[in-house]
Amino acid sequence: MTTTTQAAGEVSYLEAISQALDEEMARDERVFLMGEDIGAYGGAFKITEGFLEKYGEWRVLDTPLCESGFVGAAIGAAMMGLRPVVEMQFADFISCAFDQITEVAAKNHYRWGAAVPMVIRAPFGGGVHGGPFHSECPEGWFFHSPGLKLVAPSTPYDAKGLLKAAIRDPNPVIYFEHKFLYRRIKSSLPEEDYVVPLGKADIKRTGNDISVITYGAMVHLALEAAQTLAHEGIDLEVVDLRTLIPLDKETIYSSVSKTSKAIVLHEDNKTGGVGAEISALLAEDCFDCLDGPIVRIAPPDTPVPFSTPLEEFFLPKTSDIVAAARRLGAY
Amino acid sequence: MDCAVIAREIKRDDLLQMYYYLRLTRALEDRITALYRQGRIVGGVYTSHGMEAIAVGYASALERDDIIAPFHRDMGAFLIRGFTPGEVLAQYLGKKTGPTKGKDGNVHMGDLKRGVFGFVSHLADNLPVAAGAALAFKIRGESRVVFAGTGDGGSSRGDFHEAMNFAAVRKLPVVFFCNNNQYAYSTPLRLQMAVANVVDRAQAYGMPGEIVDGNDLAAVYVAAKQAIARARAGEGPTFLEFKTMRMHGHSEHDPAKYVPRELLEEWKMKDPILKAEKLLQSLGYGGERYFQEVVDRVKREVEAGVEFAQQSPLPEGPDVLLGVFADSADSH
Ligand SMILES: Cc1ncc(C[n+]2csc(CCOP(=O)(O)OP(=O)(O)O)c2C)c(N)n1
Repeated sequence: MTTTTQAAGEVSYLEAISQALDEEMARDERVFLMGEDIGAYGGAFKITEGFLEKYGEWRVLDTPLCESGFVGAAIGAAMMGLRPVVEMQFADFISCAFDQITEVAAKNHYRWGAAVPMVIRAPFGGGVHGGPFHSECPEGWFFHSPGLKLVAPSTPYDAKGLLKAAIRDPNPVIYFEHKFLYRRIKSSLPEEDYVVPLGKADIKRTGNDISVITYGAMVHLALEAAQTLAHEGIDLEVVDLRTLIPLDKETIYSSVSKTSKAIVLHEDNKTGGVGAEISALLAEDCFDCLDGPIVRIAPPDTPVPFSTPLEEFFLPKTSDIVAAARRLGAY
Repeated sequence: MDCAVIAREIKRDDLLQMYYYLRLTRALEDRITALYRQGRIVGGVYTSHGMEAIAVGYASALERDDIIAPFHRDMGAFLIRGFTPGEVLAQYLGKKTGPTKGKDGNVHMGDLKRGVFGFVSHLADNLPVAAGAALAFKIRGESRVVFAGTGDGGSSRGDFHEAMNFAAVRKLPVVFFCNNNQYAYSTPLRLQMAVANVVDRAQAYGMPGEIVDGNDLAAVYVAAKQAIARARAGEGPTFLEFKTMRMHGHSEHDPAKYVPRELLEEWKMKDPILKAEKLLQSLGYGGERYFQEVVDRVKREVEAGVEFAQQSPLPEGPDVLLGVFADSADSH
C-alpha cells in the first residue's frame, strides 16, 4: 500500500478525524463524546487527545466498559436533543452493541418518528496484526439493517468532511474509520469548514477500461494497481463509495456503463458482504452494458488471522487486482 | 406504613384523578381483550390487569417535562401522558391514526412530544436509552427526570445491568423500576434469579432501592415521588421494585396454566382497584355512587375510542416505505 510522503501543512487521516470532532464540538455545543478511555488517555488511538482539558468531563465522557449501555445512552441523549459521538475502541466490539444499534437506533424513527442523531465511530480493518478481535470489518452486519447510514472514508479530506456531515445528519450514522490509514495517509486540507455529503461516491481515478468499485483502505490498493496497469495499457477507474448507505448507485452505474467492466473490491469477508449487493445490483440494472463477468475481490470467509503470513494471505493485495484486471481486460 | 397514613400526603384531587386512570386503564384493556377474543385485534395483546396501580401511580408522580420509558404493561402511563383510548385502539387495530401509523402494534408506541419513549420488544433495551436521556438532562443542567422500567424477566438482561451501573457511576437523574409480577412468560421468579428480590440487584451498583407494594396506588405514588425528588436533587438513580402479580396470561393467547390458581385467588383479593376504592372510602373521598360514575364515564370514553378506531382508515401499503430516515431532528 502506498504511503504518501508528508509535505508541510499535511494532515494525517487520524488528525483529520480529530479536527472534525474538535471543530464540530466548538461549532455546536450539543455535540459530546462518549467512549472507553477517551478522556485523560485520549482514546486508544489518541484521536481525542487534549479534548478532556478543552471541553470538560461532561462533553468528553469516559464510560464504563459497556458498549450496549453507552450506545443506548447515546440514543437517549440524541433523542433529547444532544448530538453524541460514540467511540468504539475497536470496531469489533460493536457486536456488543449490535442490539441497541439495529433494534433501537435504526428503528425508532421508522416506528414512532423519533429521530436519533448520533454517530458511532468504529476503527476497523486489518493490516495491523490485530488478530480476530481487533481487525474486523463489521460493516456487512449493518449494511443489512434499514435505518442506519454507513460511512467509510479513504482519505483525510473525506474523513474530515464525512465525519462533519455525519455529526450534522439527523440519523444514526456508523463511521468506519480505517486503522491502517490512521498515520499512513496524509494530505493537505482546506482551511475553511467543509462537509463531504453522505451518499456521494467519488471517482478517485478516472479511467476507461475497468471500474473498480471499493471503499476504505482498499481504495489505495486499487490506485496502486491502476498505476501498474497503466503501463500495460489497462486504464482503471477507481470508484470510492465513501458511504455504503446511502449507496450512490448513480455513480456506480455511470462508471460501469462507461467502462463496461467491473471489479468489486472490499476488505470484509466475501460472502454476504457489501460487494455481493453491488454485484447483484450491477447484474440487475447494468446487465446490458457489461462486457464481462463481474469480479469480486475480498478476503476468504474466515476470521481475520493474527500472524503476518496468514494475514497477508487473507487480505486482498494489489497483485490480486492486477491479475483480475488482466483477465477481465482480455475478456 | 399504613396506606391511609401515606395517602394523607396525597392531594384529594390527585388521588381521585389516579382512580379515574385506574378505571380507564382497566376498561380500555378489558375492551381490547374482548376485541381480541372476537378476532378483531391485529397481533398480540399484553395487559396490565391487576397491575394498573404501578403505571398510574408513577406516571402521576412525574412532572410534564419528565420522560417515561414504559414497561410493556404500563398502559396507565400512556393514558396519563395524553394517549387517547381511540389512539390506543387504533394502534391495536393497525390503523393509520395510531401513534405508529400501523408501523408497529399494541403497546409498542411512543411520542417524544408527550415524553414517552417507544417500547422496544428487546426487553431492557430502553433502560440504557433512559439513562442517556437522563445524561442529557444532567449535561444541560435541567431538573428533568426519567422513569424507566422493566419486568423481573427483563432484569436478567445485560442492558439492565449496564444501564444501572452507568447511571449510578454518573449519578444520573433516572428512576429505574421493576414490575415484579412473579412470572416472565411462564418462567417463575425462582428460575429467573438466585436472589430473593429484584432490588438486591441494585445493591451491586451502589444504588438505593426499595420494595413497594405494587398493588397499592398510594404506596407506588409516594415511593415514586421520593425517588423522583432524589433524582431531581442530583442525588442520582433509585431502584424501585413493585411487587405485584400478573393476573392474565403473558398475552391474551396464553391461558397461563403454569400459574397455581390459589396464587391468583390470593392476589385477586389484593386487586389495585378494590384497594384504591377502600382507600378513597376510608379517607371520605368517595363511595359506591362515585365509583359507579367513574365506571360509566370511562366506559363511554372507551366506546367512543372503539368507534374512532373502527372508523379510522388503514394505512396504505406503500406507506411502508416512509420514514426509514429522518429529514431533520429539529422537532426535538
Ligand atoms: C430480549 C428478549 N428476549 C425474549 C423476549 C420474549 N419475551 C417477551 S415478554 C417475555 C417475558 C417477560 O417477563 P418480564 O420481564 O418478567 O415481564 P412480564 O411480561 O412478566 O410482565 C419474554 C421472554 C423479549 N421480548 N425480549
